[in-house]
Amino acid sequence: MDFNLTEEHRMVQKMVRDFTHKEVIPTIGEWDRKQEMAPHILPRMGELGILGINIPVRYGGQGFDYITLGLVCEELEYADSTLRVVMSVHMGLNSMGLLQWGTEDQKQRFLVPQAKGEKYGAFGLTEPGAGSDVANLTSTAVKDGRDYILNGEKMWISLATKAHNVLVVARTDFSLEKKSNGLTAFMVETDRDGVTVGDIHGKLGVRAGSTGWVAMQDVRIPEENRIGEEGEGFKIAMSCLDNGRYTVGAGATGLIRACLDASVKYANEREAFGRPIGNFQLIKQKIGIMKRDYDMARMLILRAGWMKNQGLRNTMETSMAKWFATDASFKAASEAIQVHGAYGFSDEYPVERFLRNSKGAVIYEGSSEVHTLLQADYALGYRKDRPLRCELPAYDPDFWQDEV
Amino acid sequence: MKIIVCVKQVPDSAAAMSVEDGKISWGDAPLVINPWDEYAVEAALRLTEAQGGDVIALSLGDENAKEAIKHALAMGCSEAILVNDPAMAGADTQAVARVLAAAIQKIGGADIVVFGKQAIDSDVGATPSMVARLLGWPAVTLVSEIVECTQSEIKASRAMEEGRQQVAAELPVVLSIVKDYGEPRYPSFMGIRKAARASVPEWTVADTGIDLPSAVVTWPNVMAPPEREVTNEIIEGSNPEEIAAKLADKIMEEKVL
Ligand SMILES: Cc1cc2nc3c(=O)[nH]c(=O)nc-3n(C[C@H](O)[C@H](O)[C@H](O)COP(=O)(O)OP(=O)(O)OC[C@H]3O[C@@H](n4cnc5c(N)ncnc54)[C@H](O)[C@@H]3O)c2cc1C
Ligand SMILES: Cc1cc2nc3c(=O)[nH]c(=O)nc-3n(C[C@H](O)[C@H](O)[C@H](O)COP(=O)(O)OP(=O)(O)OC[C@H]3O[C@@H](n4cnc5c(N)ncnc54)[C@H](O)[C@@H]3O)c2cc1C
Repeated sequence: MDFNLTEEHRMVQKMVRDFTHKEVIPTIGEWDRKQEMAPHILPRMGELGILGINIPVRYGGQGFDYITLGLVCEELEYADSTLRVVMSVHMGLNSMGLLQWGTEDQKQRFLVPQAKGEKYGAFGLTEPGAGSDVANLTSTAVKDGRDYILNGEKMWISLATKAHNVLVVARTDFSLEKKSNGLTAFMVETDRDGVTVGDIHGKLGVRAGSTGWVAMQDVRIPEENRIGEEGEGFKIAMSCLDNGRYTVGAGATGLIRACLDASVKYANEREAFGRPIGNFQLIKQKIGIMKRDYDMARMLILRAGWMKNQGLRNTMETSMAKWFATDASFKAASEAIQVHGAYGFSDEYPVERFLRNSKGAVIYEGSSEVHTLLQADYALGYRKDRPLRCELPAYDPDFWQDEV
Repeated sequence: MKIIVCVKQVPDSAAAMSVEDGKISWGDAPLVINPWDEYAVEAALRLTEAQGGDVIALSLGDENAKEAIKHALAMGCSEAILVNDPAMAGADTQAVARVLAAAIQKIGGADIVVFGKQAIDSDVGATPSMVARLLGWPAVTLVSEIVECTQSEIKASRAMEEGRQQVAAELPVVLSIVKDYGEPRYPSFMGIRKAARASVPEWTVADTGIDLPSAVVTWPNVMAPPEREVTNEIIEGSNPEEIAAKLADKIMEEKVL
């Protein structure tokens, strides 16, 4: 067993850290207050190659492994959750779905521009009436010659107003007993007739990001945009979540570290009763727990990333990492505010933003309740992962790095 | 155009320095490329982007200096050389300059050698001029802008406290670069991969073709600055004018003004 990161890993970490410290952290508080995404964020992430970090060079990416993706997400969310959310939907839920399930033609048409950062991807699963209960979603796709006609509304969609390509899951078969077998995945370009998008305002967190809705009215989508077979939509969505959850967990790990760093700094500076508050055992306890949780979250994420590199099925391990890391980040943020006393309650310090941002991640990509049930079902033997028609390819450095 | 950029490994700028028994300690601070040298690498890369040619990164240091070198490679330098000789521990600026100048000659010279303004750990800032002297080349220090560069001549702006000075010099030349030059680029991901794989040739001082230079300046003692005693006093008054007047008196009394 080797716990070392490679030199490449460390250099990427440093590069992304330099980027966030120079171009994100100094102004993120203002954008959060304005409830707007800073206009330079997505283009810069594209230009720098972050939006294609773990996609093979032959598909326009940078050719790094899945562990690198996790490390990048950790660094991004250390600065602000909205940057990691970009990676969750654009990379984890959309681009990696294309890498896993897309035809060569779809990879050329969608994955290449996304990996190059020329186009942004999003993921449209949730609807106003169906979140955790994916199998009951009601958007429809009806075959019309060689096309499909899509109708329905997707809600709570990250990057709704920024994305060019949304991976949408809709119902194609209404007769089936088992509802999850009637779903199909499509790549919907947001500039098609009948697609309208908008942002939701008044969110608790991820305020410097875009979260919105994507409505489809008689949107004509050619067959070539169908991802996978008819009826494979549920499986595709779940396998995309294996990758999205990985980015969420990795990001939450970075958020715990941000809480820890802010708390340590404050506990060394702030004095009460004649001593720095770091001297008090009850403050030490909070900091000790943050440090423990950071390490645990990181180990769980690295294990999931390693399994992805090896090409091993990691649904269970990724769920575990996402569940633990996001719950722990919510606790860490709350405790970080506590350490800061009244100052933590104001936006003069970043910890209140950390708390607001951390709450989303225990809801999306499988709420903590859903992950609790998943883990119990694995333990009880009620759940087993069956092989998929298309598995996420193991990381093969030669294939990833060859410039074809 | 052939450019050599000299880079040094230093403790992270956020590191806290302490002095123990007359020796400087940076604790377990991470080591990074000297921040000023990033500007130097940026300048070197922009010059070759405009003129064509290659940038070679050169460092004198131990095994740790590889981080700085790899950073320079990841930014876009095409080659790197490390002069690593345990006998150079405790070297002064003059000794370092001698070895760098010898290494530059051994590489076969260059059209331009670029340095950062100074290293953030020792803050001497004399290496560029010393290397220029040893090579017998002009030194153009504190460069904030390269106005024009041809195969034979360079025109540059120097940042001085009093203003800007334009200077022209014939190549080959030694430059040192200041922050005003412009933000250094981040390493690119492709550059990172190339750098991680690059093998960096290591030379000893003997390999550069000179005898081991000895230090002429030593650091017999290093002292931390005495701790400042700070006292706070809140000046009170019934209106801003009165407070300002009291404050002004106080400042005069303390001979601050
Ligand atoms: C900031 C943000 C960004 C998002 N981005 C996207 C996106 O890009 N794409 C996308 O498709 N969706 C996105 N979502 C939606 C997210 O995936 C859903 O909110 C999530 O799946 C939960 O669904 P719901 O909100 O409908 O809650 P519900 O499913 O209605 O759940 C309500 C509560 O009931 C619990 N619950 C539900 N079922 C069970 C059960 N069987 N047992 C026990 N408890 C249960 C849940 O845990 C939760 O506590 C985003 C959400 C947020 C907040
Ligand atoms: C919304 C709001 C309204 C308020 N309204 C009022 C008001 O009307 N009037 C008023 O006077 N004040 C008010 N306050 C201030 C409030 O009473 C203080 O914030 C509180 O007493 C904590 O002090 P502090 O913020 O300076 O934190 P600090 O005292 O600096 O504490 C920082 C952290 O150290 C911990 N700590 C401190 N000492 C110890 C110790 N000995 N052992 C273990 N842990 C310790 C604290 O529990 C905390 O986690 C308000 C605060 C808020 C947030």
